[in-house]
Amino acid sequence: MLGLLLPVMRLIEVPMLAAQRRFGIQKLAWVFLTPNLILFALFAFLPIILNLVYALTGSDQILLRDRPFVGLENFGTLAACENYLDPNSCEKDFFWRAVHNTVVFVILQVGFMVGFSLITALVLNQKIRARGFFRSVFFFPVLLSPVVVALIWKWILQRQGILNAGLEGLGYDSFLWLLDRQWAFGWSVFLSVWAHMGFYTLILLAGLQAIPRDVYEAAVMDAASPFRTFYRITLPLLMPTMLVVMVLALIKGVQTFDEVYAFTGGGPGSATTLIIQYIYETGFAGAPRLFGLASAASIILAVVLVVLTGLQLWATKKNANG
Amino acid sequence: MARVISFLTRTRGRDRLHWTDWFTYGYLFSGILLMFGPVLWLALSSFKTDAELERFPPRFLPYAQEMIEVEGYDKPLPVFTVTAGELAGARVAQVRRIGLVAQVVRPENPSEIIKIGIKDRQAVESVSLATKNYTELFERFNFMRFLWNSTFITVMATLIMLLVNSMAAFALSKYEFRGRGTVMALVIGVLMIPQTVVLVPLFLVTRELGMLDSLWGVIIPGAATPTGVFLLRQYMLTIPDEILDAARMDKASEWKIYWRIVLPLSAPALAVLAILAIMWRWNDFLWPLIALSRPEKFTLQLALNAFQGEMDTNWSSLLAMTVLTLLPIALVFAFLQKYIATGIASTGGK
Repeated sequence: MLGLLLPVMRLIEVPMLAAQRRFGIQKLAWVFLTPNLILFALFAFLPIILNLVYALTGSDQILLRDRPFVGLENFGTLAACENYLDPNSCEKDFFWRAVHNTVVFVILQVGFMVGFSLITALVLNQKIRARGFFRSVFFFPVLLSPVVVALIWKWILQRQGILNAGLEGLGYDSFLWLLDRQWAFGWSVFLSVWAHMGFYTLILLAGLQAIPRDVYEAAVMDAASPFRTFYRITLPLLMPTMLVVMVLALIKGVQTFDEVYAFTGGGPGSATTLIIQYIYETGFAGAPRLFGLASAASIILAVVLVVLTGLQLWATKKNANG
Repeated sequence: MARVISFLTRTRGRDRLHWTDWFTYGYLFSGILLMFGPVLWLALSSFKTDAELERFPPRFLPYAQEMIEVEGYDKPLPVFTVTAGELAGARVAQVRRIGLVAQVVRPENPSEIIKIGIKDRQAVESVSLATKNYTELFERFNFMRFLWNSTFITVMATLIMLLVNSMAAFALSKYEFRGRGTVMALVIGVLMIPQTVVLVPLFLVTRELGMLDSLWGVIIPGAATPTGVFLLRQYMLTIPDEILDAARMDKASEWKIYWRIVLPLSAPALAVLAILAIMWRWNDFLWPLIALSRPEKFTLQLALNAFQGEMDTNWSSLLAMTVLTLLPIALVFAFLQKYIATGIASTGGK
């Protein structure tokens, strides 16, 4: 591989040398930046603008010149709802169901994620044998692909799976987990916590290890109880890190798609359909392809994400300062 | 709390286990069970025969019935032990089964067919790894195609990303030029635009570039990442400028300085980024799902997802394929886990 790379690098040197002679050293920076900036422009900035254009135009055509301007109609269609808490009363009930599912999903997922990561980080932060090994035990699912994660658990939960075998062994009946709306949703939350917990544990562990030891020694001097020490020292000092973890989990949670889609396909019915799946199905999987609606939903999601990312930058800064 | 408790227990003397120690090790070992267990179960199951896979309740280890070559029969015959009757305890080979009666022969005397009730015999089984699920994958499914697609996308995307991002990082860390602040702000801006919110226009741009349904349509749109620019720039800032000035004295061109001096010195950061890129690309799902619609262009992840719908009950090939899909990542993890952990922690995941 390297043998192939070297001639390529030498080849690029020829035009780069010419550019250097022409523009001088300091302006050459722009030449170095160009490939990256072109990619950013084509696949990040241009799409952001085009997204608006799609959201403001109608029809199922992908080419912009075929799409008539409809103003805010797409947003209006999405928002047409008598009672926002009841998706059945909305014109696009599928969208509202996805929004509803996503909100519940994110709240549960972030809650469990932060809770379990915190416990795991606290346990791993103790004087234990083989800490490195245990750390990687909790971390390795982070590396698994979402589809693999989904299939691993589907195999366990299937009708003749090991979980049902265990239940029957205990005298209960087998259960079709993924055909029950509530259980399918619950398992989806579980799955995503299982898969991503290790990442947040790692961050929290780093946060715990940054707390100076002498604070604890002082607490021991004052004969503070362990629980008091936890509430009065560990938790407040860990709060900035917790904040970062929470916001990161929120940002990722809102964008959950892969593992849940491969796991349940959004079903049964629309019980586990999340917002990204709505965008995917509206724009790409269904017929007609409603690009306008998909874009409008994307923009709503983007606004949420920009707010959350702003929150993240703020939390990170706070973490770095305090 | 954990640390305080361990601190307290230590002052109490270390000869007995405190309840917190029980909790700690209890938690850790249930962690092993919950985290490793499912993957282990998947791997074990992938070596089971079809009959074993359908068995309920399932057995932990993969078993297969012993087979024996008997004179006068073309195929190997399944081995049973007789549990009742005058032959009790003998090993026999079953020729065929008719209703409740099995026709068996003794391997020593293949010409004499004995009839016994099927209740009076028990299959002789031993733990063995059935590799049929795996070989079938290569024979019946286009597995090599998917493997090649995934590998090609991962390798090319990683190389392009390293090149493009390191060039940008080099410019942003080693040159003073007007507009540098603006460019940095743009990079942060891209950080705020995840692929998930621009799917429709991304589809249009990729289509207009003629890259839809081609592997390049998956490689190029994500080839430049803001994370990579940040990571590499941060590292390159630590390389002293004096080295560059010395090279300039020796009449080295800027490009040569970039790839002969700065790139080799940034090797640790490049390695971390390469590992991350390999992981992202190998596991990528949503964009390939949109950009690739012809099955012969599918990546492993897409193929896995498509097959689980098609072969709802045919788990045997699906399990083997899942294992093969997670294998490369598992290997990378086994050898490079330290770098992965620090890499992921320092970039915030993605």
